[in-house]
Amino acid sequence: MTRFHFSSTPIDTDAGRRALQDGAAGGYVSFEGWVRDHNEGLAVRRLEYEAFVDLAVKEGDRIVAQAMARYPVRHALCVHRIGDLAIGDLAVWVGVSAVHRGEAFDACRYIIDEVKHRVPIWKKEHYVNGDSGWVNCERCATAPRHDHDSHSHGPHTHD
Amino acid sequence: MRRDKAALDYGGASQLDRVVELARRHVAEVFVSVRPDQAGDPVRARHPLIVDAFPDGGPVAGIRSAFARAPASAWLVLACDLPFLSDATIAHLIRSRDPAGFATAYRSAYDGLPEPLCAIWEPRSADALALWVAQGRQCPRKFLGAHAAALLDPIDERALDNVNTPEEYARARAAFDTRTPRGTMRIQIRYYALLREQAGRSDETVETSAETPADLYRELGTRHPFTLTPEQLKVAVNGDFSDWTRALRSDDVVVFIPPVAGG
Repeated sequence: MTRFHFSSTPIDTDAGRRALQDGAAGGYVSFEGWVRDHNEGLAVRRLEYEAFVDLAVKEGDRIVAQAMARYPVRHALCVHRIGDLAIGDLAVWVGVSAVHRGEAFDACRYIIDEVKHRVPIWKKEHYVNGDSGWVNCERCATAPRHDHDSHSHGPHTHD
Repeated sequence: MRRDKAALDYGGASQLDRVVELARRHVAEVFVSVRPDQAGDPVRARHPLIVDAFPDGGPVAGIRSAFARAPASAWLVLACDLPFLSDATIAHLIRSRDPAGFATAYRSAYDGLPEPLCAIWEPRSADALALWVAQGRQCPRKFLGAHAAALLDPIDERALDNVNTPEEYARARAAFDTRTPRGTMRIQIRYYALLREQAGRSDETVETSAETPADLYRELGTRHPFTLTPEQLKVAVNGDFSDWTRALRSDDVVVFIPPVAGG
């Protein structure tokens, strides 16, 4: 069982949390990424996620393994949605259990940051004004180039 | 030679893959003829198969099984131990085809006898082959000698050389490496997200002489209105990230990866 997988139905966060339970763990940290109703000044109506699933699962699993190698946590998992999502839907879930909270926070942060940069998943936003676009591919043509290989990046938010 | 001749490697591709790729450039559909016990062999099973429907074994069973599948079609039959077989040799055979006869074949450069496994077999051969086998005969060469077949002189005397010993294999490989550095290859491309929309399809298979993913993207960009530059993309070959300068091989599966946006 890989520690990164996709779901085409709403993510069952309770099941994810249960999978991380461990008598040796003193804490559990999770992150939920939600579909936001705006991006870069445009009102978002809905969005769709598409993935190159085989490679995405492989790369996602590598990220979770790297997080566990870097930070001494007990268990870690990441689940990403695929398909059509509405405002407020849960798009991605990361859960980590650890003996102490510090490593759990660090590993959780590492996983979500790396997933956003490295895993072949694409997001198409559909805007209230009727337009649509692939995030990082179209409307950001003039923005600094997307850095695929960044493994040490500054803090960034779920966007 | 005890090794499976279809699996011998020439310039990075199996002999079978090479001959299938070659044939595909000349005919509508290509099948690999196998005995029932070969149907699961991975070297063969990656191609469409025609499993022997006759118990007599050997090339005649394979040819008869092809006619059983498509009785009205003429079949270009190629052995998979002819490393020097070329587009020119096949094209000449097809141009010289005599559809009224039983077959069109090359004469061996060594003994002048017909070469049945680089030949076009016409539909009327099917019944005659059945009769031939019913008479207890097996040899497709003798069949062509005994029936009206158009015979051609080879345009390249080495084209039909086969490989039977390790020494012949070594010589063929050495000659091969200097002779055909790279022909065209069949590459499968899968598209996602913006590239899928711009290509107007999720996947395609191309015959290309592109040597690397970078060459391939440039070539595809002449046919599809791609807006992303290679600098914006990553590339995956056969399911994992790859270099842009990796040497492509026939039947590789290539995915160009637009800027990602998970989370």
